Amino acid sequence: MKCNVDLTYAMIPKELKELLARQIAGIEHPRELVVDVMFAVQDHYGYLSDEAVEEVAELLDMSPLEVEQLATFYTFIYREPVGKYVIHVCDSVICWMEGHESLLDHLSGKLGINLGETTSDGMFSLLPVCCIGYCDRAPAILINKKVYGPLTIEKLNDILERLRAEA
Amino acid sequence: MMNYPQVLFKNRKPDRIATLEEYRQSGGYEGLGDALSKASHKDVQQVLLDAVLLGRGGAAFPAGRKLMTVADDAPHPRYIVCNADEMEPGTFKDRVLIHADPHMLIEGMIIAGYGAQAEKGIIFIRPEYESAARILEREIKIAKEAGYLGKNILGNGYSLDIVVHRSAGRYICGEVTAQLNALMGKRANPQQPPPYPTEKGLWERPTVLQNVETLACMPHILRNGPEWFKNLALTETGAGTKIFCASGKINSPGCYELPMGIRLSEIIEVHAGGMVEGSEYKACLPGGASTRFLPREFYDIEMDFDTLRNVGHRLGTGAIMVFDQKTCLVAATLNLVEFFARESCGWCTPCREGLPYIRDLLRRLEEGEGEEEYIPMLQQMSKHLWSSYCAFAPGAVSPVESLITYFEDEVREHISQKKCPFK
Ligand SMILES: Cc1cc2nc3c(=O)[nH]c(=O)nc-3n(C[C@H](O)[C@H](O)[C@H](O)COP(=O)(O)O)c2cc1C
Ligand code: SF4
Ligand code: FES
Repeated sequence: MKCNVDLTYAMIPKELKELLARQIAGIEHPRELVVDVMFAVQDHYGYLSDEAVEEVAELLDMSPLEVEQLATFYTFIYREPVGKYVIHVCDSVICWMEGHESLLDHLSGKLGINLGETTSDGMFSLLPVCCIGYCDRAPAILINKKVYGPLTIEKLNDILERLRAEA
Repeated sequence: MMNYPQVLFKNRKPDRIATLEEYRQSGGYEGLGDALSKASHKDVQQVLLDAVLLGRGGAAFPAGRKLMTVADDAPHPRYIVCNADEMEPGTFKDRVLIHADPHMLIEGMIIAGYGAQAEKGIIFIRPEYESAARILEREIKIAKEAGYLGKNILGNGYSLDIVVHRSAGRYICGEVTAQLNALMGKRANPQQPPPYPTEKGLWERPTVLQNVETLACMPHILRNGPEWFKNLALTETGAGTKIFCASGKINSPGCYELPMGIRLSEIIEVHAGGMVEGSEYKACLPGGASTRFLPREFYDIEMDFDTLRNVGHRLGTGAIMVFDQKTCLVAATLNLVEFFARESCGWCTPCREGLPYIRDLLRRLEEGEGEEEYIPMLQQMSKHLWSSYCAFAPGAVSPVESLITYFEDEVREHISQKKCPFK
């Protein structure tokens, strides 16, 4: 099964690889670009697959293990497939005080998934995140890194419907 | 309402950033050419030291002194790094500053860079701030076209380039040495000095790292002098203005630029719109999640670094998170410790193992399964965390320790009632 999934996402396209290789060749310390390269490759695959980790490593002349250490460390690098829309729900103290729990319950119920899961149609993933720096707009969430807040259940429903319609 | 001078926010607009032209009209970049030709980098260091500009990123280290630790004969290239990671819960001033007036930060980096004789500038920014990263990239280009960046700035022989470095998100990346590792493509574990970053930082080169707000103060200090800057504060010990981020049970959460040393009560009642209806002030965290709860008895305290330090507290980032009488502080502390347990980088044992232990004790207390002995256990484990590898852990236990210092009765009620008294 896993093998099939990986094969459907063949190698990153030649143009992207060349573009990244050019950027890397242009700077003194290529490793400074590792996060950018991980993001670029992740944007292509949707997540950072095992193959992607190897490709990033190869591009930067690092070992796959070195890349893996980073990939598993950072919040916004996904080592598993995620939905078209990644919803990060802030669960730090201000959002907590302003009712993040009821937002989360609502989202969970509406999408039929728990934190860490993706809807079966591949549309939405639900993840926790710590304070996103929008406490003046608590409770706040990110959808594909774009911030929404202060949220109510009604506003959240509107946003989800709009995203579904756009998809 | 008292109208205090707006220095960092003077060009702040509700809906858009200030352009280069607007920044210039307000005095921005004025005299920069002069300063670069007349003042030596040592003069710049001295002026910042005299102004008592203390780091706004949480640790309050004097910016002038940090620049002075770069040795005269230290190798090149040298780096000036702007810390725009801003992951301290409750803190969002750097985001607002960048969205208000990006050129103020850019000019600050030129001045700090000149003070360190650095030729490479890097802005390290968290992924949630993508819009700020794009603004900066665009405005850096504009500044370069105008001759403020690049080779031979304003014909004065000093050269600096700035790039924006995007992080992929992790709280520890805000700590200086972890940030340098992150920049070098390594896992962002901290690195205890020596060597200090100003001696051997990025790629073994001298590196000066400052917070966004600290850098934004620099152009004003250079133009108006250290005395002017010190006089902006209301207290003898304070200097400058401070951007306070207010959030929680107040009517107008947001960022307010106010004089250093202003009273906490004034910030809450006058500037942040007062407590929400039905809420009374119970406590606040005065400077982010890694500071200590400030209970009612300090409601009128003057908010500057020294005054808080003298009573055993820290101003941190100046992010004031307000809790009311209806909020359970055991539950709030549990939430804060969950954050720290998740964000611990895992490098050293006391922090990696101690925080989940504290979290479990707090969770049991909150769920009504607490025992008397949990209180000394929490105290003891918090003490152990002070021997961790970096400053993350002492920050992480600040809410826990202060919970017991000031709200032991509330903790005890959880034990005696076998449930959370707020539920
Ligand atoms: C765990 C931890 C997280 C930190 N996060 C930040 C941060 O997000 N932004 C910041 O400016 N400083 C942060 N700091 C403080 C930095 O280590 C450093 O003191 C500061 O950026 C230096 O700049 P300043 O002197 O201008 O404040 C953090 C420190 C620790 C221990
Ligand atoms: S104290 Fe925590 S964050 Fe700091 S090095 Fe140890 S494990 Fe990492
Ligand atoms: S606590 Fe949620 S954005 Fe800060």
